[in-house]
Amino acid sequence: MFRSLLFVPGNNPSMLQNADVFGADSVIFDLEDSVHVFEKDNARNLVRNYLDRYPALPTRILIRINASDSPFFEADILAIVSDRIDSIVLPKADIHAVKLLSEKLRELEKSKKLKKKISIIPIIEKATSVLEAQEISAFERVGGLLFGAEDYCSEMGIKRTDSGLELIYPRSHIAICCKAANIDAFDTPFVDVTDEEGLERDCITAFNLGFNGKAAIHPRQVQIINQQFSPSKEQIVWALKVLEAKKEADIKGLGVFSLDGKMIDKPIIERALKIRAMAERFILLEKTDEE
Amino acid sequence: MKNNLGRNIPEGKRVFISSKEYLHHERHLIPSKIKSEKVRFFASLEEAFLDCKIQSGMTLSFHHHLRSGDFVINQICNLLEQYKIQGISLAPSSIFPEYNIASLINSGSINNIHTSYLNGPASEAIAKGLLKGNLIMQTHGGRARAIESGELKIDVAFLACPTVDHMGNGSGAYGKSACGALGYGMSDLMYAKKVILVTDNLVDKLDSYQFDHGYVDGVVKVDSIGDPSGIVSGTTRITKDPVGLKIASDSAKLIEELGLLKNGMSMQTGAGGISLAVADAVKKAMIRKNIKGDFASGGITGYHVDMLKHNLFAKLYDVQCFDLLAVESFRNNKNHVGISASRYANPYEKDPIVDKLDVVILGATEIDTSFNVNVTTDSFGKIIGGSGGHADTANGAFVTIITSALSKARIPIIKNAVTTITTPGEDIDVLVTERGIAINPKRTDLLDLLVNSKLTILKIDQLLELSHKICGVPKTPENTDKVIGYVEYRDGSIIDSLYQSR
Repeated sequence: MFRSLLFVPGNNPSMLQNADVFGADSVIFDLEDSVHVFEKDNARNLVRNYLDRYPALPTRILIRINASDSPFFEADILAIVSDRIDSIVLPKADIHAVKLLSEKLRELEKSKKLKKKISIIPIIEKATSVLEAQEISAFERVGGLLFGAEDYCSEMGIKRTDSGLELIYPRSHIAICCKAANIDAFDTPFVDVTDEEGLERDCITAFNLGFNGKAAIHPRQVQIINQQFSPSKEQIVWALKVLEAKKEADIKGLGVFSLDGKMIDKPIIERALKIRAMAERFILLEKTDEE
Repeated sequence: MKNNLGRNIPEGKRVFISSKEYLHHERHLIPSKIKSEKVRFFASLEEAFLDCKIQSGMTLSFHHHLRSGDFVINQICNLLEQYKIQGISLAPSSIFPEYNIASLINSGSINNIHTSYLNGPASEAIAKGLLKGNLIMQTHGGRARAIESGELKIDVAFLACPTVDHMGNGSGAYGKSACGALGYGMSDLMYAKKVILVTDNLVDKLDSYQFDHGYVDGVVKVDSIGDPSGIVSGTTRITKDPVGLKIASDSAKLIEELGLLKNGMSMQTGAGGISLAVADAVKKAMIRKNIKGDFASGGITGYHVDMLKHNLFAKLYDVQCFDLLAVESFRNNKNHVGISASRYANPYEKDPIVDKLDVVILGATEIDTSFNVNVTTDSFGKIIGGSGGHADTANGAFVTIITSALSKARIPIIKNAVTTITTPGEDIDVLVTERGIAINPKRTDLLDLLVNSKLTILKIDQLLELSHKICGVPKTPENTDKVIGYVEYRDGSIIDSLYQSR
């Protein structure tokens, strides 16, 4: 469960050295689109050395490698697979690419004697992969899906709009597949890094469709994403109140009870539990207590 | 001889004791000028220069409101060269790289310098030991104090003035070279033995002015006093650097958590990118919480003007305009108030503006584990700046916040001991970096307020250790032991010495 995934170009030393300071729940070091084709080996070496030697790494590390049909795929995996990374973000993913990467990871985890199992976050950015999202999300090594709206729109021959109406179907489908598979659903980045209000609106839309996080392409987007994908103060207060009332109801042996004139039953209690879990995970409880 | 901060000070100099030491001393004032003659209008700067009978041992002063675009100081320097005058003390309020004084230092025409900021070829010449006398780096408030007390005796002040009227009154608000407030020239105007206003815009009558003709001896009209593009930048901009924005965002949160975001608040930020980002973040928080502040002060930019326009502050106290929006506001808005350097920051002034500040945001080239700050030299000892109002505002403000990246060009900014002390650690309360915030342990009141903070609060030693882990431990460059000048604290005591580069 994490809210923000900050993309950092793999060939930019000054951005690498500060990747941990912006409060992102996870950082994606990018070897793909933000790295020019002439810089691929440089980025790969830089990221590997950074991961091996830098004393202040982000807490959760993801690497976006190049696509499985690119000439850089194998070299990327060989270079960056280690116990320091948590997930590989796979662009242009389809079920075959996911299986191929999973097999490669299995071999490398064994040969490198890794202590952890590296998960895969496929980017759903092709029409076929939107349709395959259910199968991909159910694949055992997949930890979440990331929607990639730019490539999706290019393939569909459609333009992105402020309302995001054209993305309703793929977003909804991806979010539902993720929920069904009990994995994370990450929304596509918001590309105008100067439009904070637009980003807020986009986060709210994604959240309401069922995403639990969103990719950021600039550090200044991280705080807004974290805020929008966190429960609000009011929600946390409500959840704690519900769970406190449940304790009393349990003593009285009540399965359904009333709070502030509203009926509280199992689905509502589950929602309250989820909110409390998020508040604990993102260290939001104290703040509510104080205020 | 060592001062209270353990810095070597040559015998005979007044040693720094503490930033509050001035409270134990009386204000010294020389009589300000009483002038009987009418203001003379000279046909050329050369004529005025010759009339002043400038000779060896004299002190000439200038303000720096024309900043990088100043033609006046350069023209006077040309005349010093032309007439082969030696042994002059130069006392401009700041020295920019565009000022052509390095050759005069080399030739011995200038042998002492008093200023509050120094950068460029002149600093390189001084670092090589070419200045025959001393360099005295003062604070803005300290310079005003030194002039009014007679410690810094000014023989002739050549004061650039964008508009002058036929009475001899001067204003910075009007004219093709308008620069806004003229606060740094006010002490020179009032206490210099002779005052020459140099303008490129002579008008019949000024209804409002900062320079009163009662102090003015002469006026010269020249074709141009400066290059407008260098006088004020067209715009000042908030940093786009993500690290700078993170520091600014955390600083604004800190200001809020310390309870400083309240009705009637007062604040000063510089015109640097991070400082402006802090101002912007505070502005948003003020709007969100419907806060009405009392004043913002110091060097004023369009961002401050915007806050005045939106009634976030009732007044701007402006000692210097940094951009065109500030100049325009200074001209048109009665709540945008010009102040003198003395009113701004002189420790002996009654109620100087800096003493009323709730919070000031400042930068640092280096800061040490005792919170002493260096903004005078780089880590190699080369002079790259100076206090300006740093030490003044740090002393006056209730909370002084230093914002800086943990390292600059791979050099950690935190040191065990700074290369040069500009501002004593006793006046620095907080360091905000991208990886954590350090509170001066003397400020237990602030630490108490931050007990439940979600901001990353660390000890400054922990930040030092972290920066060493990231950057490695830098070697300490060694300078020679030849003293080339002094850093003078605002009360006139010597807080540190400056040494010739190796």
